[in-house]
Amino acid sequence: MVTHLLGLRYLVLKNSLKRSPWQLVAVILGGLYALGVLAVVVAGLFALSFGDVTLARTVTVLGGSALVLGWAVIPLVSSGIEQTLDPARLVTFPIPLSQLLVGLTMAGVLGIPGIVTTIASLATALTWWKHPAAAVIAIVCAAIGALTCVIASRTVSALSSRLASGRRFKEITGILIIIPLIFLGPIFASLAAGAAGITDIPAIADAVAWSPLGAIWAVPSEVVLGSYGDAIVKFVIGVATPAVLMLLWKRSLASSLYTAPRSSSRTKRRGKLGFFDFLPGTPTGAVAARALTYWMRDPRYARQLIVIPLLPVFLYVSSINREGTPFLFSASAPFVAMILSITIYADISFDGTAYATHMAAGLRGRADRAGRVIAVSLFAVPLVIIISIATSWVTGTWSILMPIMGISLGLLLTGFGVSSVVSARMVFPVPNPGDSPFKSTPGGGVTSTLAMFAAWGILIGLALPELILVIVAITVGSIPLGGLALLVGIALGVLFAIIGIRMGGATLDRRSPELLVQLQRIAS
Amino acid sequence: MSDPQPNIPAPASVPPAPLALAIRGFYKRFGDKIAVNGISLDVPTGSFFGLVGPNGAGKTTTLSMATGQLRPDAGQVWIHGQDVWQDLVAAKSLVGVLSDGVRLFDRLTGEQLVTYSGLLSGMDRDTVKVRVADLLKLLDLEQAAGTLVVDYSAGMTKKIALACALVHAPRLLVLDEPFESVDPISAANIRDILHGYVASGGSVIVSSHSMDLVERMCDHVAVIADGRVLVAGTIEQVRAGSSLEDRFVELVGGRHHSEGPEWLRIS
Repeated sequence: MVTHLLGLRYLVLKNSLKRSPWQLVAVILGGLYALGVLAVVVAGLFALSFGDVTLARTVTVLGGSALVLGWAVIPLVSSGIEQTLDPARLVTFPIPLSQLLVGLTMAGVLGIPGIVTTIASLATALTWWKHPAAAVIAIVCAAIGALTCVIASRTVSALSSRLASGRRFKEITGILIIIPLIFLGPIFASLAAGAAGITDIPAIADAVAWSPLGAIWAVPSEVVLGSYGDAIVKFVIGVATPAVLMLLWKRSLASSLYTAPRSSSRTKRRGKLGFFDFLPGTPTGAVAARALTYWMRDPRYARQLIVIPLLPVFLYVSSINREGTPFLFSASAPFVAMILSITIYADISFDGTAYATHMAAGLRGRADRAGRVIAVSLFAVPLVIIISIATSWVTGTWSILMPIMGISLGLLLTGFGVSSVVSARMVFPVPNPGDSPFKSTPGGGVTSTLAMFAAWGILIGLALPELILVIVAITVGSIPLGGLALLVGIALGVLFAIIGIRMGGATLDRRSPELLVQLQRIAS
Repeated sequence: MSDPQPNIPAPASVPPAPLALAIRGFYKRFGDKIAVNGISLDVPTGSFFGLVGPNGAGKTTTLSMATGQLRPDAGQVWIHGQDVWQDLVAAKSLVGVLSDGVRLFDRLTGEQLVTYSGLLSGMDRDTVKVRVADLLKLLDLEQAAGTLVVDYSAGMTKKIALACALVHAPRLLVLDEPFESVDPISAANIRDILHGYVASGGSVIVSSHSMDLVERMCDHVAVIADGRVLVAGTIEQVRAGSSLEDRFVELVGGRHHSEGPEWLRIS
């Protein structure tokens, strides 16, 4: 049965390659790339044998842990990787569960990534060739480590497919995964900045060596270092890890085989209309309520907000690295305002053909524009004010609070006006609702990025009056001028927001049918 | 098609008031393809009008142009005497639309979505509340009222879209493929609702592939193909003694010899 499953895996691979020669080319290129990487890794591991034991230990432990982590995380980020032997497709066949587990594990090990991982793991024996006993132990540990990789991947995918039968879970994990990736930049930056950090890395490796991720990879080095007790404990941890994972996988597989997948859906009680209950029962209020609901529920909107909390942190870190004035950090609020103001420039593109609902109802363009602006304003205005106050509080520069708040609100409101016009005129290719919010659409990136920078350019041009006032107020240090900047920022912002809503609204009244044709073209 | 010019009719006069929908000389081309080539239609008030035709005949294009969703290259349309493209907002208050192949705001619950359509039409909140409750009951969607529309089945989605088209009490309903992927029971329920609506003075125009359904359900029918009206009138006039399906095949053509080639005749 196990060999049968393995055979099936290669048969599917062969047939899919036959069908498309380009895929064959891709596989060959991928294979060559993997071979290249593998060669480098093997050579590197061999080279480590001539170095310091601590260095070799640090590299093998951290590398091995990263490998296990990578295998475990991939099924979360990308569905549809290695679905050749999807348990859901095997449900109809009478395969004993234990054989299915072994078959799926072996199929994973003998896939291309599995083979590469296994060879790279076994190459750790080369690292310890000067200590024959450790080298032999390394081979055993490498096999267990590679197996852990595959089992971890299978377990996570089985567990997540149980959880992820709800659409909402998938949407949220997509976002959650990306946050650490965004932090990766600052983390590397601060690592590079603090050269002292490098001395900590062996300590980190020591800590990781006690975790299920790294234990098995640390065993050979413990033997070399002569701490046999630690070696035994870590070996036990390393063996227990795949065993426990296997158990979890088995249980989740069993339950998924015997219960039909059901889609869970959050259900509201009848009569509870969410934001529709709180906002005015007018067309504008309805648009605002709908937009707010989407801000909450549609990850494509939430994605635009991820960078907001990160930006002040990022600016703060940058300010610290440069000596002296924390000026960049004080500019957090204007930057956040610019980002928030532009979030609605692709709003109709996000609607897609659902925009036809607005057309069918004979909604006035102005109500459409105003509703969307109100929805964002409800959280964007307080957010910008809070960030202005918070940055002043952290830096203790209360004197620039008024001008900073003035330019922030000016940029925010003016930007709403600009976005209202842009979004009524241009349609961008965006991910469809339900797609991963990070999915790139062919050709979409360039046009929408260009449009975004153009919008920012116009925005800065329109906000010049308060911008100049603010710069003067801050350099002179004049409180009355700062107050004036605040007033001018708010007044001009409101003015431009209203003008933008009217212009965008008039455009919609005139061009909605043409806009819908564009939306349909993009959707198909 | 040697003549690519639109068949623009003589300067159109406003058609008589009893027509729920009057289309004159619709013409639309997409690139090289002429989708609608001079379609004129009269839908009398109080009629249940079927629009049938093969795939790509121009049904959806015609209905989109009639409801102000797609601008015609030429031609005019009146809904209850109101020139649609002259005053889109006024015309849209008279018509309820169920479009085929457009998304809904499906991250709303069913109840939210219908409420949204009602509020967008400018109705006050209390009226909307009452009508939404009635419509959900009528369409048997009360159980699913609090579920996100994205999690609805195809048939339920059609029903909630119909509720959105009905909520502002339009005088004319324009339904593009309303029965596609709707189960027979729901379809029968929807038919009942539509018949009740027509009986109380409303007018309905539906497009459909199903001749059988149109023959049973509608009192008027128009057959269109290649962007032209082949025949229009009451069901009796159009089918002229035979069944609608036979008449349709006869009009549209494209049916192959059913015997197959010589070599395939085994005996």
